[in-house]
Amino acid sequence: MKILIVILALVLFVLHQDFWNWDNSNIVLGFLPVGLAYHAGYSIAAACLWAAAVKFAWPTEIEAWADEASTEEEGS
Amino acid sequence: MTTFSPTLLAEAASRVPLAVIAVYLCLLLGMAMFASRLSRGTSSDYFVASHSIGPFMLLMSVFGTTMTAFALVGSTGKAFEKGVGTYGLMASSSGLIHAACFFLIGIKLWSFGKKYGYVTQIQYFRDRYQSTSLGYLLFPVLVLLVIPYLLIGVIGAGKTIEGVTKAKMTPKGEIPGMFPDLFASTAGGVPVWLTGLIICIVVLAYIFAGGSRAAAWANTFQTLVFMAMGVLAFYLISDRLGGVSEAIANANPAHLVRTVSEGANGKEIGIPPLTFLSYCFIPLSVGMFPHLFQHWLTAKSAKSFRLTVIAHPICIMIVWVPCVLIGLWASGLPSMDGTPPNAILGKMVAVLVKTPVIVGLVTAGILAAIMSSLDSQFLCLGTMFTNDIVLHGKKKGTYSDKKIVLIARLFIVAIVSLIYVLGVLLQKKSIFDLAIWSFSGFASLTPLVFAALYWKRANARGAFCCIIASMATWLILFANSGWGGEGAVLGGIMPAAICTVAGIIGMVVGSLTAPAPSEATIRKFFPDFR
Repeated sequence: MKILIVILALVLFVLHQDFWNWDNSNIVLGFLPVGLAYHAGYSIAAACLWAAAVKFAWPTEIEAWADEASTEEEGS
Repeated sequence: MTTFSPTLLAEAASRVPLAVIAVYLCLLLGMAMFASRLSRGTSSDYFVASHSIGPFMLLMSVFGTTMTAFALVGSTGKAFEKGVGTYGLMASSSGLIHAACFFLIGIKLWSFGKKYGYVTQIQYFRDRYQSTSLGYLLFPVLVLLVIPYLLIGVIGAGKTIEGVTKAKMTPKGEIPGMFPDLFASTAGGVPVWLTGLIICIVVLAYIFAGGSRAAAWANTFQTLVFMAMGVLAFYLISDRLGGVSEAIANANPAHLVRTVSEGANGKEIGIPPLTFLSYCFIPLSVGMFPHLFQHWLTAKSAKSFRLTVIAHPICIMIVWVPCVLIGLWASGLPSMDGTPPNAILGKMVAVLVKTPVIVGLVTAGILAAIMSSLDSQFLCLGTMFTNDIVLHGKKKGTYSDKKIVLIARLFIVAIVSLIYVLGVLLQKKSIFDLAIWSFSGFASLTPLVFAALYWKRANARGAFCCIIASMATWLILFANSGWGGEGAVLGGIMPAAICTVAGIIGMVVGSLTAPAPSEATIRKFFPDFR
């Protein structure tokens, strides 16, 4: 599952370069330029990706490690 | 085309907006006093709120800290200048990359901070790279990079209030300024030096009262205020322009695409593809923001990060989409011609929002966004100076908790005074461009933290080479830009990309030409988490 999340993140990164919208001045929903609507949708897609990461790839072991006998060593 | 009602002329010169802002600032101070009552009175509580902040307050304080004058004043001005591509430049990429940094860097740093008792980034790096002198190199670098970030807060607040209070030309004639006699040189508007002074004093007052805890409370309150006021401003401005559809129909068509073209004033509109691509390096900066590191450490548990990771992209969208649209609408309004980009949001609010009370509320919302970043940055600088310079190497108990907090406060006052003077002197600089330079510097240091967390072979020499290579490149490019101008080089590549690559090369070459870290260091920082 972690690998799938990484692949989806890479795909999303590539999709950020929406060269097909570069000179598209269409308006969607009556008020949003398509270049803005696409990237607003991109923000929602990013939130969905991170929701999946939290659900399926959350590092619970790190928290458990930090909680056990904390400050066993002091920072310099 | 937009029309203006005659009643606007008399109402816009009212001083009621300033009274509303004054009430808001008093409320904020009251809330900070309340938060200070919850303080446990220790330096740990002052610096990292005793690791007690839950998910919602963590989201609000992290989001409020990353959204500053840059997000509101800067994004509106940049959209007015460059068009629709402004959102993709920073907002959508940040939704992906900021959250990735919280996930990959923030959680791990929180765990080391909690386990080993770190309060600052430098403590972690000194320990991880086994080098005391690394801290003495990194401290001035981090302070240097925070300075432009702080400057945009002071300038942004000043320019917004000046835009709201000064005289303005409209199709119906001139709207007088609020103080034509007192501030004649700024067309009756409150000058930047006065707003900057008041904002700095208010922020200092509430962080002095309750430190990190007060900052977290104030940030939560202010983030809610600026998000609500942003939506309100968006609705009211669009309503005055005949609705969102008519407002966008009247925008300059060149601003609705990313294709590069030349505007009426000879300035470039649109975004070159290489610039758009290389902007993706800039959001990496959150991995190295020292104030964000401190916010991460306030978290009660790693689970507190979950809401921040998921909701951060949506919160960015809620703030940025209206701001970019307001900038696009302004591009089609003759009354906005020639307005400096930094003043667009303030002017749009003052000219188009009819009710003075609402003008005051919306302006207070803009100030809230600015102050919610300034507080964390001020606090963080004091924390770093105290822990990384003054207390470093001293035995525990050398200074009392009270004295530690006093030292932090004195350093903060010194830095704020410097920032205030620089802010007044450099008030004509573009907020967006100054912020980009600050973010680029931090982004270029990301290899330092990423290698520390994920590359066992990374060592002190690599860390030194990384910092020196990235900062030397950054300084050269910053100087070439005229100390804060638009800095794209080589056909549009952003300096962040070049500096980050320099940092990566420095880290790899330096680390591979020196012995690997000791076994003890590797065991300490690469534990078997299972």
